Amino acid sequence: MHALSVRGLTKTYSNGVQALKGVDLDVEEGDFFALLGPNGAGKTTLIGIATSLVNKTSGSLSVFGYDIDRQIEAAKSCIGVVPQELNFNQFESPETIVVNQAGFYGIPRRIARVRAQKYLKQLQLWDKRDKMARALSGGMKRRLMIARALMHEPRLLILDEPTAGVDIEVRRSMWEFVREINSQGTTIILTTHYLEEAESLCRNIAIIDGGHIVERDQMSSLLRRLHTEVFVLNLRDSLAAAPQLAGYPTTLVDGRTLEVEVTKEQSLNDIFMRLSALGIEVLSMRNKVNRLEEIFMRLVEKHGTALEEGPGERGRAGESRPASRSEAAPLRGHGGRS
Amino acid sequence: MNDSAAGAPLPPPVGLGLVHWIGFQTIVIREYGRIIRIWGQTLVPSAVNATLYFVIFGSLIGRRVGQMGGHSYMQFIAPGLIMMAVISNSYANVVSSFFGAKFGKHVEEMLVSPLPDWLIVAGYAAGGLVRGLLVGVVVTAVTLLFAHLRVEHAAIIAAAVILTSAVFSLGGFINALVAKNFDQISWFPTFVLQPLTYFGGVFYSVQILPGWAQAVSYANPILYMVNAFRYGFFGVSDVDVAGALLIMAAAVAGLFTIAVVLMHRASGIRE
Repeated sequence: MHALSVRGLTKTYSNGVQALKGVDLDVEEGDFFALLGPNGAGKTTLIGIATSLVNKTSGSLSVFGYDIDRQIEAAKSCIGVVPQELNFNQFESPETIVVNQAGFYGIPRRIARVRAQKYLKQLQLWDKRDKMARALSGGMKRRLMIARALMHEPRLLILDEPTAGVDIEVRRSMWEFVREINSQGTTIILTTHYLEEAESLCRNIAIIDGGHIVERDQMSSLLRRLHTEVFVLNLRDSLAAAPQLAGYPTTLVDGRTLEVEVTKEQSLNDIFMRLSALGIEVLSMRNKVNRLEEIFMRLVEKHGTALEEGPGERGRAGESRPASRSEAAPLRGHGGRS
Repeated sequence: MNDSAAGAPLPPPVGLGLVHWIGFQTIVIREYGRIIRIWGQTLVPSAVNATLYFVIFGSLIGRRVGQMGGHSYMQFIAPGLIMMAVISNSYANVVSSFFGAKFGKHVEEMLVSPLPDWLIVAGYAAGGLVRGLLVGVVVTAVTLLFAHLRVEHAAIIAAAVILTSAVFSLGGFINALVAKNFDQISWFPTFVLQPLTYFGGVFYSVQILPGWAQAVSYANPILYMVNAFRYGFFGVSDVDVAGALLIMAAAVAGLFTIAVVLMHRASGIRE
């Protein structure tokens, strides 16, 4: 059973912007799935169509077999969504917000109050249940939206950049929570700009760009395709020039910071032996960029020619492509072989 | 391949009838909670306004006016003042609540849920009805401090007030749905609703107007609402009461249809 099945989905906005240009995508039940793409690639439009906030132009989309053209109410009852932007009434209390949301899905208030206690406690919001929502911190507001999305215990949870603007401690506790939800059988689709997050959490991945799915694979298979990685070595003693390591391009960033490019056929042991032979001592090492980020940027750049057609090709009005790599992946990863 | 595309639709995962009923209740409970939470904005102003109208128009000026429609001026204006409060509050409740939900984006809470468009419209209209009736009760209580009201036809009073409140609740919903900014939700009440209400026979009987003004007044829908309501108390009216109730029922049906169609076309809330 597919949790989400999309065929030939297109969306052209009234201003002429073509945000989706024939998307085909399947997400299996129980999966933890990453949907990545630069700003304006069509991620939010795709999610908007699944949740009926955006009307599609053509194509089909079904949720657990419920076609949105024929059984939209049944399809929507299977979905919980945590949107990018805050969209709850800031003048209501967290408990009121989540209990009312359950009511919109047909959960009686008696049951909703029990679930409210469960999820608000799990997301460390129970002691704030009677406060006005606007008084909550940014991280609490994000957690409130997760609690709200879970109130009807959806089979498919869509997280649209759930950790944007959240500090690392809260982010990691949210990761643990959604992992737990997924392990209990809930399918999760995650969009994020934090590629470390996607790499850490998701089993399968699709990359969307310019309104097309440009890659769809298992996360592990995709990462294996990365041919080269750049490692940053911190050295004990300062060097005047980059050492010559045959077969390993090197760059001296500053006296004590050396970058070494390594292909996946090469061995890190070999590099260390060569450095030791030159009397160079390495104190620590890390990836220059997150591995998924590297693949992501290569894929997006590869398909970038289609994106240079003009501003109208960049998806929804007001969105633009990240100006720099760091914007696309604010959190630099320390994964890989380091 | 779509799992359901090849064959018959799958049975829904939950009983949608129950979802609709609980969803409707939830919208009404939320609206009621909002009305009570900000009672100083929703319930009190109409009581203050009614008191001022009774003191100035009823007591001070009304003594010099004498009788109107066979009743003291204070008695004559009482049903109209109650109806005026019901009209403005029903409209204001829905227009501000739904536009606020749209502006604050929490309308999306309902749009992503399995609630159909017609149910969202009905829920907000019921919320407007709740406020209209609550304010009607408050203003009636104020009225009884100034004027004696006898009830001739209770069923007509109930029908007139419910239909009128529903008409303006739905009007407020449509206004909120199409409005793009706060100016556009204040424009209609200020420049259309208020003049129509003041010229709708609240403060005078159309019988005292010259012929051409009477003819113009009969094109004002609020005249029918106020007179049907007044008929329930005094048994006298400037218009045919059955016809007035029919017009109101038709207006409710028409406005409800327009609101649902606009919701479905996604005016201002979906892309």
